[in-house]
Amino acid sequence: MSSHESSYVPGSAVEKWLDDRLPIIRWGKTHMMDFPTPKNLNYWWTFGAILAFMLVVQIITGIILAMHYTPQVDLAFNSVEHIRRDVNGGRIIQATHAVGASMFFAAVYIHMFRGLFFGSYKQPREVLWILGVLIFVLMVTTAFMGYVLPWGQMSYWAATVITEIVGAVPVVGNPILQLLRGGFGVDNATLNRFFSLHYLLPFVIAAVVALHIWALHVPGNNNPVGVEVKSSRDTVPFHPYYTLKDLFAIVVFCIPFAWFVFFLPDILGHADNYIMANSQVTPAHIVPEWYFLPFYAILRAIDFGILFLDSKLLGVLFFAGSIVVLFFVPWLDTSKVRSGSFRPIFKWFYGLFVVNFIMLAYLGASAADGVVLGISVADFSKICTAYYFAYFLVVLPLLGRFERTKPLPTSISEPVLAPAAAE
Amino acid sequence: MKMSKIILGALAMSALLGASPSFAAEAVAVKREPWTFAGIFGTYDRNQLQRGFQVFREVCASCHGANLMAFRNLAEPGGPEFSEAQVKALAAEYEIVDPAAEGGKRPGILADRWPGTGQSEADQVAAFGIVPPDFSVLAKARGTPQSFPWFILNYFPGTAYAEGGPDYIHALLTGYEEEVPADIKNADGTPFTLPEGKYFNEYFPGHAIGMPSPMTDGQVVYAAAEDGSTVPQTVDQYSRDVSAFMMWMAEPHLVARKQAGLQVMLFLVLFAGLLYAVKRRVWSKIEH
Ligand code: HEC
Ligand code: HEM
Repeated sequence: MSSHESSYVPGSAVEKWLDDRLPIIRWGKTHMMDFPTPKNLNYWWTFGAILAFMLVVQIITGIILAMHYTPQVDLAFNSVEHIRRDVNGGRIIQATHAVGASMFFAAVYIHMFRGLFFGSYKQPREVLWILGVLIFVLMVTTAFMGYVLPWGQMSYWAATVITEIVGAVPVVGNPILQLLRGGFGVDNATLNRFFSLHYLLPFVIAAVVALHIWALHVPGNNNPVGVEVKSSRDTVPFHPYYTLKDLFAIVVFCIPFAWFVFFLPDILGHADNYIMANSQVTPAHIVPEWYFLPFYAILRAIDFGILFLDSKLLGVLFFAGSIVVLFFVPWLDTSKVRSGSFRPIFKWFYGLFVVNFIMLAYLGASAADGVVLGISVADFSKICTAYYFAYFLVVLPLLGRFERTKPLPTSISEPVLAPAAAE
Repeated sequence: MKMSKIILGALAMSALLGASPSFAAEAVAVKREPWTFAGIFGTYDRNQLQRGFQVFREVCASCHGANLMAFRNLAEPGGPEFSEAQVKALAAEYEIVDPAAEGGKRPGILADRWPGTGQSEADQVAAFGIVPPDFSVLAKARGTPQSFPWFILNYFPGTAYAEGGPDYIHALLTGYEEEVPADIKNADGTPFTLPEGKYFNEYFPGHAIGMPSPMTDGQVVYAAAEDGSTVPQTVDQYSRDVSAFMMWMAEPHLVARKQAGLQVMLFLVLFAGLLYAVKRRVWSKIEH
């Protein structure tokens, strides 16, 4: 798969026997130990390993929760409380899973923004990027369904509001909506199918992650200067250099993770979700989990129709478009230079994009009729939505043509050996 | 890598922004009480929980249920820690509906859940226009609004804040007014009028609450604690005690959780330091 020969020599007769039949140890040695990795990767490159760790954490804690959880509308809420109260270590397992979802998304956003800054999506890593976006879509779906399971007020109303948007699609919308909910409203059937899918999807994610890493191991890693590996001088074997660095990063990442689990397990959620779902009482303020807020803001920003598209349908199109556009980034960005470090103008647009994204999150959490920094939430959301799309559809395509980039080092080792050259 | 720092800071911010305005609605910010269970070393005050239980039992339990609390919980470590004999005697004072028992009823035992109010929901709706909420997790189902941008401090060690629930309940119970204050207005500027059968409360969202002010000074008679110390018998003190008790009911393993957290944090910090040293050592041979 990769560009180098295997260095594996079976150490015993048994290993030799196995190697002739299933060269799994050889495979592991090639891909998990010897794999040549650019030696200049910074800590932004540890988030892939952090994400893999988080996926495992979510699956293990999730399986334990499922042993005690009851997917039935009258029992679900109390079964989660039962886990917190009566299962050994239940409060911590439950908090790890709930906080874990937030940490997982924090890591995936960092991972994606890393890719956007260093141009990791560019040729020859397009498929790697596309698989990443696919993972993101699967993660969003999984997290959304998981949030419904405790059957609190916010679970119920988020499920109602978010599934409703599917109904805006003409012709097929309503049948799909009913299929999704298992009926006309969000009810027991919805809870059951969400539980079933919430248990299934993480394993689908795991499979796509395997493809993601396969697609990484064909071209190899990108790196902070964005110049391809030229010789073995530019790389170090993955083990022990990056196994150690990644492990260190994972442990550091666990510090804020544990802080929330043990000291503030509920702060990332909504107090309303400690009230059992009630279809008769609408919460004053329906807010999705923080990691959905930017996209929720885009959905809400579209309060106008165009031609035959009413505002609801248009909102759904923008909402879907905001993620679909990510699939096309490798072709929208026309710059030959990968790393943002060598793109003086890009840096500004990129920085603004990050700020804009955070602003969208804030707007998504604000009351729809509110005012932020003197501008109405409705107008502010439109401006931010416009920039979100303009970044991908206008800035990235045009910048590649007009921007004058800084000279690139000839190889990874060059700035390493002469740091001054990179600045 | 200045840009990276900006991004990280920005992303951390976005994580924080998200959870904040969830209690916006019409809720009024409340005063923060110095709870013993706040902070990383927080523990419940056993005497306070015992007093809070007394208030709950003598005042609130006639209207509010607590269906997730079992009698045995009252004797468990980290809670009010009544003796097992006390709780057994207490449980036996209650009649529990049990179809398997002779006559369909029997005296309570440690494993039984709190028996409820004895009133039907229909009667409660007739009396108050609404069913009084169950107490089991109520302290976590409420909060207090946090102003931008200071709510960010709520997430960090030293300034962490997770006691919005008990603060709100304490404020609610002490926030009744006989007359509607003149400065309270409707959204359209007209003077606020209290609907029939409702009571004015400064902290209840919308101000019109279906619960009559439940307590008066001196209503609950506290025995002195084992060490002879006493507390005032005022609505303020009752409210504080019952709020703490409700927090325990909602989060019975808080003390064990925080203690485990200290150990985990210590381990993680040391382990991270060790790994960093090893990593430095290994990388020291590489020019990078
Ligand atoms: C006479 C019956 C009655 C008694 C006694 C009573 N309550 Fe209530 N309580 C109610 C009713 C009714 C409501 C619902 C109010 C509403 O939503 O308008 C309520 C609501 C509450 C709420 C929720 C307020 C909110 O934010 O929704 C709290 C907290 C509360 N009671 C605490 C207490 C405490 C603590 C006691 C004991 C000191 C107590 N109550 C005693 C009837 C009672
Ligand atoms: C469960 C979620 C994910 C896991 C476990 C995962 C795992 C990994 C790992 C282990 C790496 C190599 C180390 C690194 O560069 O950090 C990597 C690289 C990469 N990932 Fe992901 N990833 C996930 C999601 C995503 C998403 C959502 C995207 C983008 C939409 C993405 C895009 C990329 C790209 C472009 C690279 C190559 C980076 C480079 O070499 O510069 N990944 N991923």
